[in-house]
Formats: sequence, C-alpha cells, structure tokens
Amino acid sequence: MSNSTATRPGMKPRPVSPHLQIYRLTPTMLMSGVHRISGAALYFGVILVAWWLVAASTSENAFATANGVMGSWLGLLVLFGFSWSLWVHMLGGLRHLIWDTGRGLEKHTATKHSMATLVGSIVLTVLTWIVILFAGA
Amino acid sequence: MADMQTPLRKVRGLGAAGHGTSEFWRNRVTSVALIPLSLFAIWLVVSGLGSSFAETRATLAHPVVAILLALFVIISLDHMRLGMGEIIADYVHREGAKLTLLMLNTFFTILVGGACIFALLKIAFGG
Repeated sequence: MSNSTATRPGMKPRPVSPHLQIYRLTPTMLMSGVHRISGAALYFGVILVAWWLVAASTSENAFATANGVMGSWLGLLVLFGFSWSLWVHMLGGLRHLIWDTGRGLEKHTATKHSMATLVGSIVLTVLTWIVILFAGA
Repeated sequence: MADMQTPLRKVRGLGAAGHGTSEFWRNRVTSVALIPLSLFAIWLVVSGLGSSFAETRATLAHPVVAILLALFVIISLDHMRLGMGEIIADYVHREGAKLTLLMLNTFFTILVGGACIFALLKIAFGG
C-alpha cells in the first residue's frame, strides 16, 4: 500500500493523510457532519415556513392547502426531520459556543459532548412530537 | 518571498478576505439570538396546532408574536446565508460556479425573508 511517501532519497517515508474510507467513524466526526447537514436542511426547510406564513396571509383556502400538505404523512415526515434538524443544530451550536471559550475541546470530553448532542436532540424531538400528538388529538 | 508587512499592517488589512473575522462574529451573534427565538417559534407552532384560520391570524397579528417571529425569520436567514456561504466556499472551487451560487444564496435568503416579512406585516396590519 502506498499510504506513505518519501520526499527525499534515504528519508524515512512521511505519513500522508489516509483516504476517507480508512477512517473509523467517531462520534465527533459524525456530529460534525450532522451539524452541517442539519444546517443545510434547515436552509431549505425555511421554504415551508415562508409558504405557511404567505398562505396564512393570503386566504382561508391557501391556508387549508398548506396545512393539508403539511398534515399529510409525507408532510409530517418532513416536519419531523425539520424539528430534529432544528434541535440537533441548536445543541451543536451550543457546543460551538462552548468551544469558543476554549472549553470542551479535549478528546474524551468532545466525544462525550458529541454523544450528548445526538441523544439530547433525539430526546427533545420525541418530546416535541409527544406534545404535538397530544395537542393535536 | 520574505513578508515585509508588519503585524499591524496585516491587522489593518483584515486578512486575505478583507473583512477579518466579521463573518465569524456575525455567525456567533446570530446563533446566540436564535436560541431563545427558535424556542419561541417551536412553542408558537406547537401551541397553535389545530387552530382555525381566524385564530391563527389573530395570534400572528399580536405585536409581540409578530415582532418575535419577524426577528426569528430575519436573523435565521442571515445565519443561513452565512452558513450556506461557508458550505459553498468549502465545496465549490470553480470560480464561476462559486460566485453564481454565492449570488443565488443571497437572492434566495432575501426572497424568502421578504416573503415572510410581507406576510407577517399583512396579517399584523389586518390585510
């Protein structure tokens, strides 16, 4: 395998960055990616917010259509993803604010915070939907 | 080549992008503001579930709700424009495509923001 290279003859081969597939997925890597992807999801999810607000300002029919689409199983699935994106991005953002103070950067702490972000976001999303289902019923 | 610039000169020039850490700071300020505003928005949506057209409009017309929602929308979109700009700068390296996407990013966020604010004001002013 040519995952090392010598820059000069006789020099000990220098390590090069391994290919992405060689890395073992760590919680910090995973949550870094999730933070960016959830941010991008929220970026496009805001179209739903705009649609709903414009519908509410247009007519009762437009409002009923928007609510009907968002209340369908596909709409609810998208909204579920939207709500999880919001919670996970908010908790990830809190981690960024903590990092800005110079804290939470140590390897084991960072791993623990990553896991907490994931678990916390799932718990908050499920709680949100429990409230939604009770309010809707 | 030896760098003849003094550290002071570099600080005054605000680095390669010309505007130093202003985007970093704007990202942080908007993120802090968005924590309470997002919690408010989530609460508003959940508490308003099942409301009729008239009830929803009455809630949205309340000045406190209208002001906080307008802030939520504007600050979210500013934060989103920064974030998407960063994603584009990270992954799109062809100059033409990059500039086009950065421009579309600006257009999109202003269009969505404009639509939301118009809708909120129309409802608030009883249109």
